[in-house]
Parts: sequence; C-alpha cells; structure tokens
Amino acid sequence: MKSDHHVILRVVTKTLIPIIFLFALYVQFHGDFGPGGGFQAGVIVAVAVILYALIFGVPAAMRAIPPVFTRSLAAVGVMLYAGVGFWALLQGGQYLEYQALFHEEPGGHHGQHVGILLIELGVLFGVSGAMLTIFYAFAGRVAEIRDEDW
Amino acid sequence: MDEVMDVNIGMEMVNIVLLGMLFIVGIAIARMRSLFGIVMLSGIYSLVSAAWYVAVDAVDVAFTEAAVGAGMSTAVLLGAMLLTSRTAKPEKPLKHLGPFLVCIVTGILLIYATVDLPGFGDPNSPVNTGVGLTYLQINWHDTGIPNVVTPVLGSYRGFDTLGETTVVFVAGLAVALLLGFGERSLAETIRKEDKAPPPLPKDDATSNEKEGKE
Repeated sequence: MKSDHHVILRVVTKTLIPIIFLFALYVQFHGDFGPGGGFQAGVIVAVAVILYALIFGVPAAMRAIPPVFTRSLAAVGVMLYAGVGFWALLQGGQYLEYQALFHEEPGGHHGQHVGILLIELGVLFGVSGAMLTIFYAFAGRVAEIRDEDW
Repeated sequence: MDEVMDVNIGMEMVNIVLLGMLFIVGIAIARMRSLFGIVMLSGIYSLVSAAWYVAVDAVDVAFTEAAVGAGMSTAVLLGAMLLTSRTAKPEKPLKHLGPFLVCIVTGILLIYATVDLPGFGDPNSPVNTGVGLTYLQINWHDTGIPNVVTPVLGSYRGFDTLGETTVVFVAGLAVALLLGFGERSLAETIRKEDKAPPPLPKDDATSNEKEGKE
C-alpha cells in the first residue's frame, strides 16, 4: 500500500457518498414541492459515483457500477418515460396525457402525480446513466490520476 | 424602466458583487495556461453564476447550474483534460486581435439590445402576462402540484422533456460509440483481474501499485 497520503480524502469521501445519494433521492422525490427534479437528481447520482471514481480509482468504480449497467440504465430511463406515454395511449388517452392513466375527470390529480413521478424516474435513470457512460468513456482511456495532477 | 428597478440597494450590491466575480473569473480563465486551473475556475464560474441565479429568484435554474455546471461538467472536463497535456501552449498576442474585436462588437450589440428588454420582474412583460401567467392560474386545478416548474416541465411540456431526455441519452450513446472502446478494454482487464486469485486484499491496491510504478 503506497500513496496512503490520500487517507483523509478517502475517509471523508466514504462518509459523504451515502449522504450525496440520499440528497439525490430527496431532490428527486421533493421535486413536486421545491426546486429539483429528475435532471438534477440524475446528475447528483452521477457525481456521487464520479467522486468515488476520482478518489478510489476508475477500476473500483467500474466494479461497483459496471459500464454495461450505466448504458442499460440510460436506455431503461428513456423507455420508462416513453412507456408512460404508451400507457396513457392504452388507457384511451393521448400520448403522455396523465389524466387518462386512471380515467379521471378533469381536476383529478392522482394520474398527474403518478405520471410525473414515473417520468421523473425515467429522467433520473436516463440522465445518470448517460452521464456515467460519458464519464466512463473519458476516464476509461487514462490509467489513473497521478499525484502531481492534483 | 426606472420605476420597475425600484429595488433595495442591498440586492443590487449582491448582484454587482456576484457579476463582478464572474467577470474576474472569466478574465482569469482567459489568461491562464494551466488546464487544471482552468477546469477548476470554470467550476467556480458555474458555482458563482448559480449563486447569482438564486439572487434573481431562479432557484431551479440555479440548482441545475450547480449540479450540472459545477459538478458534472467539471468532472467530465477533468477526465478530458487527463487525455491531453497539462498546459496550453502560449500564443502570440496579436493572434487574438481579431477574436477580441468580434467579442467587443458582439458585446456592444448585446448591450444595445438590452435597452429594449422589459425591466427585471416587470409584471407587464410578455413573459409574465402570456402563457406563464396561464400556467400559474390553472396549474393548481389541473395537477395539484405546488411547484409550478414541475408540472410545466413534466405535464404541460411533457413532450419537450421527453425530447430532452432522449437528447441526453443520444449524447451518452454517441460518446460511448466514439470513445467507448478504451473503457471496454479497461473493463476487460478488470474482469481478468477479478477471475485471477487476488494478489492483494484491497480492491484499490492494484491500481495504487500501477500508480507507484509510473
């Protein structure tokens, strides 16, 4: 074990990463009531993984979150978003018409809440997956961040 | 326009200080040669502009700017920087004369254009009287979601957001198709290392050893 002079960074990061993930979930599910939403939460999730990769090395991050998984996650996110639209179509409404999800009268809010929750989840998956894919594509090409680069 | 700008002095000072900091950071980025410093400063630029967005009550934009500009793009630029050399080559000052003139002219034109813009927070401006006002009025009955930004983004403009998500996905796909094979070879070596009996107990130990040899 050489280069253990990053020990403070490692310890602090290990404490911070769960909090960052928790904050991303807060931003995701609190988007109806305050600032935030899928785009921001997706980027925060991606940044948490990137922080892990910067401190513990890209191979360690790729073991935790494999590149295949991030690519699939991005595709699943877009499919989830588009799928909500098709769900509304199947229920007899128009594409992405959340009102039609549960056959509600105008003024009913259940379909709107569920629809927006689902599409925000789709955005979260799509954005975090795509961002991590981009990061892996860049970071996978260099061996390691050397100490003199810090 | 003057009666609309009738706001307290403290807020004006905050705006001036933040915009001045943006200006200074911009000058510093233009003059700096170390790419690492430039990446860090561009992160700071995003963070300061996020603070400024909060000062002008655009909280959602500020949030996005802080997350995407200061967090994500700094990390991606850092990764991109590691692929190239660490410092930019010094250039002859005369080479910048043409771009400098273009910037000055564009700046003058933009300042000239702002004269016609409505004042900040003007209740009679097109932004506040047209479709924006309608959203504010009908949103609660339509969706029952307190933050108007979310229904506008997800419900009223759901098609746009679907398009944006697709754009992000396609961007990721394009980068993976262009650069993704380095990543694949790294993933391949990881898989081989995992199958082989581990030489050291900790995961990051192998990478540290590589680092030490360089």
